Amino acid sequence: MGIVSSKLGNLGVVTTTLDEAVNWARTGAMWPLLFGLACCAIEMMSTQASHYDMSRFGMELNRASPRQSDLIIIAGRVSRKMAPVIRQLYDQMASPKWVIAMGDCASCSGVYNNYALVQGVDEVIPVDVYIAGCPPRPEQLIHGILTLHEKIRGDRIAEWAT
Amino acid sequence: MGQSFGAVSGITDVDGPTSVSTWEGNVDELRGLVSERAFTGETMLLNMGPHHPSTHGVLRVLLELDGEEIVSCLPDVGYLHTGIEKTIEAKTYEKGIPLTDRTDYLAPMSNNMVYSMAIEKLVDLDVPYKAQIMRIIGLELTRINSHLVWLGTHALDLGAMSVFLYCFREREYILEMFEIISGQRMMTSYIRPGGVWRDFPPEFLPKLQAFLDFFPRRIDDYENLLTGNPLWIERTQGVGILEPDKALAWGCTGPTLRGSGVNWDLRKAVPYSSYEEFDFDVPVGEHGDVYDRFYCRILEMRESVKILQQAIKKLPAKGPYRSENRKYVMPPRSELGQSMEAVIHHFKLWTEGFATPDKDVYVAIESPRGELGCYVHGTGGNKPRRVHLRTPSFVHISALPVMSEGHLIADLVAIIGSIDIVLGDCDR
Repeated sequence: MGIVSSKLGNLGVVTTTLDEAVNWARTGAMWPLLFGLACCAIEMMSTQASHYDMSRFGMELNRASPRQSDLIIIAGRVSRKMAPVIRQLYDQMASPKWVIAMGDCASCSGVYNNYALVQGVDEVIPVDVYIAGCPPRPEQLIHGILTLHEKIRGDRIAEWAT
Repeated sequence: MGQSFGAVSGITDVDGPTSVSTWEGNVDELRGLVSERAFTGETMLLNMGPHHPSTHGVLRVLLELDGEEIVSCLPDVGYLHTGIEKTIEAKTYEKGIPLTDRTDYLAPMSNNMVYSMAIEKLVDLDVPYKAQIMRIIGLELTRINSHLVWLGTHALDLGAMSVFLYCFREREYILEMFEIISGQRMMTSYIRPGGVWRDFPPEFLPKLQAFLDFFPRRIDDYENLLTGNPLWIERTQGVGILEPDKALAWGCTGPTLRGSGVNWDLRKAVPYSSYEEFDFDVPVGEHGDVYDRFYCRILEMRESVKILQQAIKKLPAKGPYRSENRKYVMPPRSELGQSMEAVIHHFKLWTEGFATPDKDVYVAIESPRGELGCYVHGTGGNKPRRVHLRTPSFVHISALPVMSEGHLIADLVAIIGSIDIVLGDCDR
């Protein structure tokens, strides 16, 4: 039953903790930033399109503005020219916010150990979930998102407040 | 107007040089690039991208606007620069193939093909007939695959959401076929020097035939939604006109050039991989506007279906799918348990690769976007001195100002969509 911790007979009352209720809401309607970089962005589009249908996880609404989104999926390689832009986009997002590094390039720069790329987006912004693959299959992206949901369900409001 | 203009601010936790961009810092640096009116405040400078949903990746366009009209348009590329050409120089020839996949990630087989053809020309390697036909099947599926993404996103940019969902449904079917033949959905690395990686598995051809049977009807569906749609026509006809002489002068190729009425297709003009045996038409536009470029690509998908149908008939049942020149091409696994010589070849080719003569070659093919060229300079050793890709997206972005100046800013979205750019292809 999702968030329900206990049910008091047929009184029509459900008790739960605030943590669980808030985290349930946060995982159920997460708005990702409409933001793609390279090959992984195409797989991200596949995940959002008809076949895999990310709206099953409340994520069909991609916001083009970072101020309206709470998840940024770094889908692709991060060049040195792009890194400051990503940092600024991240800074513009309102808390609470999460980051998924999709694919090998965003996680650790993958096959490119060269002058052009930042060696993993975690050099620029903090990352919650890393997804391996070049590019990851849509199933892998969905698994990454569910892993993020799991992480969020463990969050405590008290920690956010500090 | 002395304020700082760049969209980016310096950060400290990236080591090494961060962003290098022409337009960072003071507006005065833009003198000569935009009109003088921008400095008196008469026109407005607007930064579009690199994070903008309709730039198809990370293109940044600096716009000078008079009201809603575009006075000048300056594309800034390089936000996806990956150093692929430089990285290939550090690898043996065959190990460069997976990197070529990742330049134009919507048409990986075209990139494999052009790089393999350059190496074949460099070392004078034969390609068996069956492999040539198999390559054509891969290339034409790639063309449909790429055009489907283009159609879906182009329509999405102009407000037609449903086309996107339909296109990705069919694309998923093609990706399944790619997975059957190569083991990967997108980054196939299927076409290798001397032929292809392996033979088609038995379940591939029935699946391809089924696709060819239902796909023309699906194209009809897209056309029902768009071709005669008054809203679509209003947004695309007469917009972003590129005259034939200008298209040629700016080096445009592919559907961007053919939409302007120039009949130039490398599959016909300089046939490669037995394209000369196939019977197909080259769709040519008339006005050079967004609509004509759109319609050229729709017709190209139909022509690709025609080519694929002929290819299935032409595909020999038997025969090698890769050259048997063991100096350059790996022996098949089945030989490794029986022949010492095969083990030696296998070991040699995977550890040190093969040597090429000290000369340079250039080959070009018709990728879904236009002329995709590859320049390879051998050294006499086992690694290339220089690999350069002549990519159509880069050339087409440079022609963007010619098409967009004088138009409304909303039309720029249609124009960017119609030249079908892939920023990975452009910046590589």
